[in-house]
Amino acid sequence: MTFINYASREINCKLVYYGPGLGGKTTNIKYVYEKTNPGSKGKMISLATETDRTLFFDFLPLDLGEIRGFRTRFHLYTVPGQVFYDASRKLILKGVDGVVFVADSQAARMEANLESLRNLELNLKDQGYDLRTIPYVLQFNKRDLPTAIPVDEMKKQLHFKSEPVFEAVASQGTGVFETLKTIAKMVLIELRKGR
Amino acid sequence: MSSSDLVIHEEEYRRIHRAITQLRADCNAKVVFVVDKNGQQIAGSGELEAIDTTALASLAAGNVAATDSLARLIGEKEFSILFHEGERDNLHISVVGGRVILVVIFDERSSLGLVRLKVKRGSADLAVVLDEVMQKASLPQRAAAGGSQFAEITDEDIDKLFSD
Repeated sequence: MTFINYASREINCKLVYYGPGLGGKTTNIKYVYEKTNPGSKGKMISLATETDRTLFFDFLPLDLGEIRGFRTRFHLYTVPGQVFYDASRKLILKGVDGVVFVADSQAARMEANLESLRNLELNLKDQGYDLRTIPYVLQFNKRDLPTAIPVDEMKKQLHFKSEPVFEAVASQGTGVFETLKTIAKMVLIELRKGR
Repeated sequence: MSSSDLVIHEEEYRRIHRAITQLRADCNAKVVFVVDKNGQQIAGSGELEAIDTTALASLAAGNVAATDSLARLIGEKEFSILFHEGERDNLHISVVGGRVILVVIFDERSSLGLVRLKVKRGSADLAVVLDEVMQKASLPQRAAAGGSQFAEITDEDIDKLFSD
């Protein structure tokens, strides 16, 4: 749900990074935070356990600049990926404008990817959204691992609506900004369409 | 423009800002601000310079969302008020009109009793203003007017945002 404030000339959009536990959602936005210049980012909030597993959400506000005289801000959120945090995931999806699904390329995690994707579709539906129509990007993370499934096989299992797909190694930053730029553009194009 | 987008124009913003500025004076509070339940800050009044209002808006919304769920788990409709007491500053959070969150930060210059009393009274006024704002924002002609401005966004405008 984009928030447009004519008084302050701001467009605010919400992006949510979704996916199975330890897949790289937090790593994605931590990398974005580290590499974004201070003038373009706010403070990153991480509500996590003592062992750095996301407990509630991570939050990072980004200022992308001006478009037609409006300051364009994106609020990046990640959800906790562990299965039993479903109640929290539902809350974080409220008002979402675009979703990035961070899939774990390891063979042993494909079932978790599929479960998380099903969960995303269900939780979006609960909020009145449709995964088939919302701006959505798929990221295959951990491409550097020896146990990574071939991209074609990943696509066969996870790719379903011609959404853009990015290969990534989030721990090194590979594919992180490409993913973010693409989902942000898709959200702005939807805004332009007056969806 | 999607009917679910939140659009605030200058006139509405001024009305909301006037209402919360009055509330801040009535409460003797440091800060009053209004946050959308999705975590977007709508308006703020008071000593805002020292506060990261973006983070506070997001966390307040998360707090309310989590607490709402807790309430439903135990069979309550909602917990309408959240109060966090600090050593120096305190946080009073309430939901207005089912749609927005009102956050009041106060110190020893005020009291919980005064804040609760004034928020209760002030919320009713604020709810009226917000209702009108939301109704206006959802009017087709308003939505079309807002939408047409963004319909002019070009691919080059978007690409420029992401140029290194």
